[in-house]
Amino acid sequence: MNLRRICVLRCKSLLNSKYLRTSQIVGVRKLTSPSGSSPKVCIVGGGPAGFYTAQHLLKSRLDIQVDLFERLPVPFGLVRFGVAPDHPEVKNVINTFTQTALHERCNFFGNVGVGKDVSVAELRQAYHAVVLSYGAEGNRRLGIPGEDLRGVYSAKDFVGWYNGLPGNKELRPDLSSETAVVLGQGNVALDVARILLSPLDILKKTDITQPSLEALAESQVQRVLIVGRRGPLQVACTIKELREMVNLPGTMPDMVTTDFEGVASVLKDLSRPRKRLTELLLKAAQGAASRQAGASRQWGFHFLRSPLEILPADDLTSTAGIRLAVNVLEGSHEGARAVPTGEVEELKCGMVISSIGYRSLCIDPAVPFDHHKAIIPNTVGRVQPGAGLYCSGWVKRGPTGVIATTMNDSFDTARSLLQDIEAGVIDVSSVKPGSRAVLSSLESRGVKWVSFSDWEKIDKEEVRRGQRVGRPREKILDVAEMLRVAHS
Amino acid sequence: MGSVCKCSCTVTANPHAHLSSMASFVRFCSPILGSFLGAPLSSGYRVPQCVWHKGFGRCSVRSSSSQDTSSAGEKVVLHIVNQDGMKTTTQVTEGESLLDVVVNKNLDISGFGACEGTLACSTCHLIFDENIYNKLGPIMDEEMDMLDLAYGQTKTSRLGCQINIQKWMDGMTVHVPQEIKDRRSE
Repeated sequence: MNLRRICVLRCKSLLNSKYLRTSQIVGVRKLTSPSGSSPKVCIVGGGPAGFYTAQHLLKSRLDIQVDLFERLPVPFGLVRFGVAPDHPEVKNVINTFTQTALHERCNFFGNVGVGKDVSVAELRQAYHAVVLSYGAEGNRRLGIPGEDLRGVYSAKDFVGWYNGLPGNKELRPDLSSETAVVLGQGNVALDVARILLSPLDILKKTDITQPSLEALAESQVQRVLIVGRRGPLQVACTIKELREMVNLPGTMPDMVTTDFEGVASVLKDLSRPRKRLTELLLKAAQGAASRQAGASRQWGFHFLRSPLEILPADDLTSTAGIRLAVNVLEGSHEGARAVPTGEVEELKCGMVISSIGYRSLCIDPAVPFDHHKAIIPNTVGRVQPGAGLYCSGWVKRGPTGVIATTMNDSFDTARSLLQDIEAGVIDVSSVKPGSRAVLSSLESRGVKWVSFSDWEKIDKEEVRRGQRVGRPREKILDVAEMLRVAHS
Repeated sequence: MGSVCKCSCTVTANPHAHLSSMASFVRFCSPILGSFLGAPLSSGYRVPQCVWHKGFGRCSVRSSSSQDTSSAGEKVVLHIVNQDGMKTTTQVTEGESLLDVVVNKNLDISGFGACEGTLACSTCHLIFDENIYNKLGPIMDEEMDMLDLAYGQTKTSRLGCQINIQKWMDGMTVHVPQEIKDRRSE
């Protein structure tokens, strides 16, 4: 193999090489701090926000060191635990995150709970800057009676269950009834509906967990209703996910066409994305979408309904149905509001999955937190008062958007941090101990952290177990076993 | 052969490079089929790549091997205007996708090609001149689904991973849109 040209960006040893032409140095800012001490940054959270923030920092300064702390022994956050198993291409970002973690100026420490094993105050002492990128571990509550009945789950927990999130291992969702209701009409709601109705042939080729696969094989769920407060023109999902539902083998759409009255006439006024989405929705509702032979399972959007109460069965502990308020829309398009009419409807169902949003938690009382919006108050990622504290990702903006959204957001926070270094707002002339101090505290507290190469052992083991059953990987479902493999 | 890149990247003279090019090739031929190949990492196969370049350029060690095998492709001149308005002129190979170009030429476009050409994002969004746009091949539903989410979408926008360099594109200019974002944040 002819290796005439080798790495041209930032190779210190090649700076004098004839192969490195100045025109090829694109976007390099060869900044170093005047006193020679290297800025040390700590990132809390090993999901997309953490990794993209790290990536931008490492690329922009040759002297910056980044340590990433993650609560679980395994990295990648929602890319591993949120993205649906039948969307493996979305997980390609893991490649770029892996390269960031392997960077010589980056260190990954898994199995470290910030707020529990080490405080944010200690991190701020040990590092020049701390970036909070710990996402949204909680979920928005419905706040209605019956929410805690058996058979009612948050989408976050249900998704965590089929994706192997250790905390959801024991969920054991009740899949014994014919009808499941999903509350919310965003992409997560559609993921849930799709996983509930997907043919096993498709699921068994994915990295869905084995116990979930077995449970879904026994599932009696034949019908999924995706319920939203507003109308067809306000659905929050996007066309790719809707198309997947329409094309899902073995299923057919089942919707009330009166819900779509007046929609066709406004199509021409809509923006192209909304127009195409609405056209597809209309097609599905009108049954013009090809009815697949042998389609025994049904799915449908149910509009203009808000949940009032989840109704218990005779045993008073499991779910028998849901009572919904019937709404009417005031206003139009994105700004339309749902207003209850006073009418009420009851639907029979044995499972309710609430997909109305994730929610960030306050992990350390020393960090300002807006409990109403459930985010860390910030200005372009800077957390006031004082200097050196930042946030990126969902904990900064709220839990919406896809990986690319978080990517841009993380780059914004990284830019704020870099500006602050350059402007002297962060004093990098002081020498900070960095991970040395933190790891010694962790050790004295009996916390066994997981390095990135330890994660690679877990990764290899999961892939090995998956290969045995013809799947991309078989995820390890509990933390103790992850640690055993990591430290073997 | 051991590590050749003396910077922090871990690229080696890579016997797997042809395999990763093959995976990329299948993905470009059929993004849907390619997506069923699975992400390299989830299938256990990891593509060794220069740490600096993944996501915003790739170490030329990879591209040199793919250039060797595609010597049949003609060279085409391409102009790319980046987000700051800076124009780069480069020679590209017939058959390469515009995503391949950005990656192989180490063009510093932050976050370009996040999903690696599998129609799962819109970060390789590019804007074409109208006369070029009208000659580009038909746009599949799957591409339009993702393109519709791209920030700053114009009437002459396409996703770079779906457009392959052809001889008649010699001398064309493409523009990187102002912001690489995805409308699903709003």
